[in-house]
Amino acid sequence: MNKTVNQKAWFFVIPVVVLVAFNAVIPLMTVVNYSVQETFGNNEFFWSGLDWFKQILHSDRFHQALRRQLIFTFTILAIEIPLGIAIALTMPRKGPWVSVCLVLMALPLLIPWNVVGAMWNIFALPKIGFMGHVLNSMGFDFNFTRQPGDAWFTLILMDVWHWTSLVVLLAYAGLVSIPDAYYQAARIDGAKPFAIFRYIQLPKMKRVLTIAVLLRLMDSFMIYTEPFVLTGGGPGNSTTLLSIDLVKIALGQFDLGPAAAMSLIYFLIVLLLSWLFYTLMMRGEEE
Amino acid sequence: MAKITLDNLRHSYMENPQSAEDFALKQIDVEWDDGGAYALLGPSGCGKTTLLNLISGLLKPSHGRVLFDDVDVTDQQPDQRNIAQVFQFPVIYDTMSVYDNLAFPLRNHGVDKVEIDKKVHEIAEMLELTDRLKTRASGLTADGKQKISLGRGLVRSDVNVIMFDEPLTVIDPHLKWQLRSKLKELHEQIHRTMIYVTHDQTEALTFADQVVVMDEGVVVQIGTPIDLFERPKHIFVGHFIGSPGMNVLACDIDNGKVRVGGEVIEVANADGFNANGCEVVVGVRPEFVSFVDKGGIEVDVTSVADTGRHRVVAVKKDDLELKLLLDEEDELPEGKSRIAFDADKTRIYADGWLVEQEGNK
Repeated sequence: MNKTVNQKAWFFVIPVVVLVAFNAVIPLMTVVNYSVQETFGNNEFFWSGLDWFKQILHSDRFHQALRRQLIFTFTILAIEIPLGIAIALTMPRKGPWVSVCLVLMALPLLIPWNVVGAMWNIFALPKIGFMGHVLNSMGFDFNFTRQPGDAWFTLILMDVWHWTSLVVLLAYAGLVSIPDAYYQAARIDGAKPFAIFRYIQLPKMKRVLTIAVLLRLMDSFMIYTEPFVLTGGGPGNSTTLLSIDLVKIALGQFDLGPAAAMSLIYFLIVLLLSWLFYTLMMRGEEE
Repeated sequence: MAKITLDNLRHSYMENPQSAEDFALKQIDVEWDDGGAYALLGPSGCGKTTLLNLISGLLKPSHGRVLFDDVDVTDQQPDQRNIAQVFQFPVIYDTMSVYDNLAFPLRNHGVDKVEIDKKVHEIAEMLELTDRLKTRASGLTADGKQKISLGRGLVRSDVNVIMFDEPLTVIDPHLKWQLRSKLKELHEQIHRTMIYVTHDQTEALTFADQVVVMDEGVVVQIGTPIDLFERPKHIFVGHFIGSPGMNVLACDIDNGKVRVGGEVIEVANADGFNANGCEVVVGVRPEFVSFVDKGGIEVDVTSVADTGRHRVVAVKKDDLELKLLLDEEDELPEGKSRIAFDADKTRIYADGWLVEQEGNK
């Protein structure tokens, strides 16, 4: 049998190839290019091999930023995921309140990120901000611009406020997709509310929760705008997360080589963590 | 195990039902014996599932009572009623093994471990799931999952009633046969009251001792499969059961004499009948119409459909159209032919309902 050879189809792939090249491959390769070279300006580059990578991997500054980043990410995950599920469980499934709740939940997601940062900055200011003022008048010595603990508290509160809604909406979508028959069967089987949650709701939400965890993991690892507006990484370096540190190196100090090497390491860490979480959460999923 | 009584049961999904149309179930008064196998048969939307959910307690009736062994359970929750129900689509607990799925209702009711193990193995044996007990339930095929659902319904030995809501809809045809005879077999083994909802007459007639035919929220007839076939109480039952359904023929009635297609025919229940303005029709199943050499009604054959064991012959005379069954070996008459009805099996219906008479009650 003769097989018709027709390579014209490749022609139609060109737009995608061009698009991906411009928005992903070329920028990434530029970064790879910078990461293995040294420059002293004048557009002169010298080969430096893996020196920058070694330097970043051995630098205390990077270790500290990474540690802060991991603490931040895991703290917000530990708060947002259970809280999101809990809120989704209490939301109504039918009736006029559904849309009210959904709109309320979606509101924080619609606010521009720098506005979120500015809002919380003002909200938490010790003298004039509502939260800062209330906390201080209650006897707490709250000042997020001076005390690292307070800065962290505000930062995490801000992220929880901003992003728990996403988890809520995803978990809610998972919950409403469970057919009534499951609840009916469970009632007839005599299942207690916790058993219904454990054996019906949680397994049925697993896929959307995986998405929620991955999104929050990646987004929180790359978070920049809000902490930058809120604390600018301070006081001192106490809230300098990876992205803020990276921008300082790349654009503040204009150290292109180390910044490029750090970007790649940063990228690989996000990739590795996402893969790890995905594999862990999808374990035992044969279908 | 229990006798089930539905007393004056009505249900509406609306808050303030006004007319009869607002009720999904109009009026149900039924008594079901302990240990019987019943089928609820009717077209989609006739109220079968509503009735089932009222019995299981997933719904609370707008009016009337549900009694198990003369105890009023109308206000009880499903878990208090001690019942089992199998749904149209398989409900399984994905993260559990097949064993844990089957054990789940028992564990919730605080049965001790040894007893659970014994029951689970017994049920798994009946459903041929023994070799899969350790596997995760989510990995099974649709019919395997539905077997688990069935198993969870059957595993508790103390349930008052087991209800099946079209449980074989998602099952492949060849497995349907298997599972259906399995259910029948199980019923004979454990003798528990079973209610089986379906819109498939074959399923209902093979499973049940007593079939409850429903239409538009009312019970039209309760009877054995043979009753339903030979003495349908309403033309709906005649239509719905049997393939093809009962012939419903327009007729003139005058002084106890019934005329169809201009000829006087003998029927079983017209003696002394007075129409009183009701719309009267004659109902006769295709099985009880045959070709004759003389007498009867002269008709033209319009089409013949071969179903394998029989041929379905459609005949016509002016406005009169009906079907009859002809055995494979019998000869199909050519051109004009004559047909006659079996008088014992031919009945008149007034406004859709069978005309009841002293003589043949």
